[in-house]
Amino acid sequence: MTEPVKMTMIDAINRALHDAMEENGKILLLGEDVADPEDGGVFGATRGLSTRFGEDRVKSTPISEQAIVGAAIGASLVGYRPVAEVMLMNFMTVAMDMLVNHAAKLRFMSGGQTSVPITVRTMTGSGLSLGGQHSDFVEAWFAHTAGMKVVIPSSANDAYGLLRSAIDDADPVIFVETLPIYWAQGEVSFERIPIGKARVCREGSDLTIIAYGQMVSHSLTVATELAKQGKSVEVIDLRTVSPWDRETVLASVAKTGRALIVHEAVKEYGVGAEIASVIGEALFGRLVAPVQRLGAAYCPVPFSKPLEQAFAPNAESIGAAAAALLS
Amino acid sequence: MSNYPKPDGPTLRAIYEKAARIQFNDERVIKEIKAGKLVMPFYSTRGQEIIPAAISVSLTDDDYVNTIYRGGHDQIAKGFPLPDYWAEIAGRVTGACKGKGGPMHLTYPAKGIMVTTGIVGSTAPIANGLAWAAKLEGKGRVTIANFGDGAANIGAVHEAMNMAALWQLPVIFVCQNNAYAEHTSMARSTRVDSYAKRAAGYAMEGIRVDGNDPDEMYGAARWAIDRARAGEGPTFIEATTFRFNGHLIGEAGGYMDKELYAASQTRDPMPILRRRLVDQGIAAAGELDALDASIRAEIDAAVQAAYAADYPDPSELKVDVLVDAIA
Repeated sequence: MTEPVKMTMIDAINRALHDAMEENGKILLLGEDVADPEDGGVFGATRGLSTRFGEDRVKSTPISEQAIVGAAIGASLVGYRPVAEVMLMNFMTVAMDMLVNHAAKLRFMSGGQTSVPITVRTMTGSGLSLGGQHSDFVEAWFAHTAGMKVVIPSSANDAYGLLRSAIDDADPVIFVETLPIYWAQGEVSFERIPIGKARVCREGSDLTIIAYGQMVSHSLTVATELAKQGKSVEVIDLRTVSPWDRETVLASVAKTGRALIVHEAVKEYGVGAEIASVIGEALFGRLVAPVQRLGAAYCPVPFSKPLEQAFAPNAESIGAAAAALLS
Repeated sequence: MSNYPKPDGPTLRAIYEKAARIQFNDERVIKEIKAGKLVMPFYSTRGQEIIPAAISVSLTDDDYVNTIYRGGHDQIAKGFPLPDYWAEIAGRVTGACKGKGGPMHLTYPAKGIMVTTGIVGSTAPIANGLAWAAKLEGKGRVTIANFGDGAANIGAVHEAMNMAALWQLPVIFVCQNNAYAEHTSMARSTRVDSYAKRAAGYAMEGIRVDGNDPDEMYGAARWAIDRARAGEGPTFIEATTFRFNGHLIGEAGGYMDKELYAASQTRDPMPILRRRLVDQGIAAAGELDALDASIRAEIDAAVQAAYAADYPDPSELKVDVLVDAIA
């Protein structure tokens, strides 16, 4: 086995794409700026890959999101496994027809005759002063669409392992990379991580916090702080938003009796509502407190720094919500 | 047009056979709907038979076709088996898509019928991906992207045409201009008088032909197909035609120009082609009568088999959503 190596999430993604393309000639890359003459992407996630694998397989595209996702779908229908980059999650809106009406539905509408094994990588996240059209989390839209999977890694290791599994997957996978943690370092073990399985990051007995993306590290900070007060908090990184790991979540909440779901997307109609509802139905008699949700404020992502800081959950607001649940 | 290949006698007869199958099938669908035996939205292709018939005589099962909700003619020309077609539009489990697609989402990859979409303009971006895959394979496969004049004004088509030209993909964009986009005439939706002119904006070959004339349609298609197979890139063909039955079966077509409609009826391409085959000694009238009768018998058998088949079991709702059945 390859020895674990410390690297950033962005390098882990680059390495996952490299290793996948090396193993399987059917894996293709396309997206705005992804080839090396265009710097291998605005953040360099695909740097070096067109030089290594050629511009037939790694194609920079015009700024044409519908054409990008459409081309990925078409090639996937006949045996290729394209990884399309839609630079920012807000730009997924421009390609919603291709994603929702085609990628997610062609397997079903063809009665299983065709499948769409594409991975759509996209980046987003508040905290970088990018404002309302460059930092939204809209994962609930895709989780609500039958026929696709939604994966959101929280670390370099998960980014590598989940991306390898996403590329292997026979269904369309939306792979959401969180920009503010893009340059965080972590040990990468170069092993695949199964889609649909959550990770218990920290064990505890009094409260379960369910999070994903950059909310995981905030939640772990809170758990460490609360431990000093004698409170035992279990933290679950969902890793896959759809299909989500009911088994791990329900087992944890059955044990702790309390649940707090945290996400960076706006709270209203969010992923947290689905999880809270399932917990409520399954564990009604065993809960010692109502399930709580924490999400971003019901507004577009703001620009001004104090506003942006107040927009999404952070260690302080997660800590306050956790403390209230435990009191 | 003088430089384009001309269809010989056997090719014209093959075009007739395909076109007759399309016409009789279309008429039978309408008959079954009017008899209350089929409940479905139906977008008749009566009047547009020659376009796909004259294209597909130059295609093989290995070539790809994408089409739209008004695509029965494209599918049948490409070889969609009638029993699979009828069982699908009747919603039976024996249908090509197990009754999950229906008339607007017919798929038959074994004959290269890759995507039928109900979303205007979406055939083009996906066709690029099929063509990209074909180019990588190097086997000379061609992809046809069919759409109507309404779709010519959709952004996805423009994105796709630009990308196809940029990447020199073996794809042929066939704009079947039947004079009305739903209920809106070309003059009331589009300033340019020919969509083919737009091809120049993408540095692409653009041809406008009478889509009801087998010589013109065959010649232009054959020229474009040969170019695509030889790696000379995409072609845009605007095939003018006329839709005899309104947008959707059941609507009166009151928005249609009455003179234009009357004139189109005198130019019905089907009797014209039949007369020509007889006059030029390509086929005897009796031979065509026998051919017509055998096609009608084939359709009748497909209809009866469809009605005799079972509907899908409700458990099918959970199958083909994702690669693994949903629990």
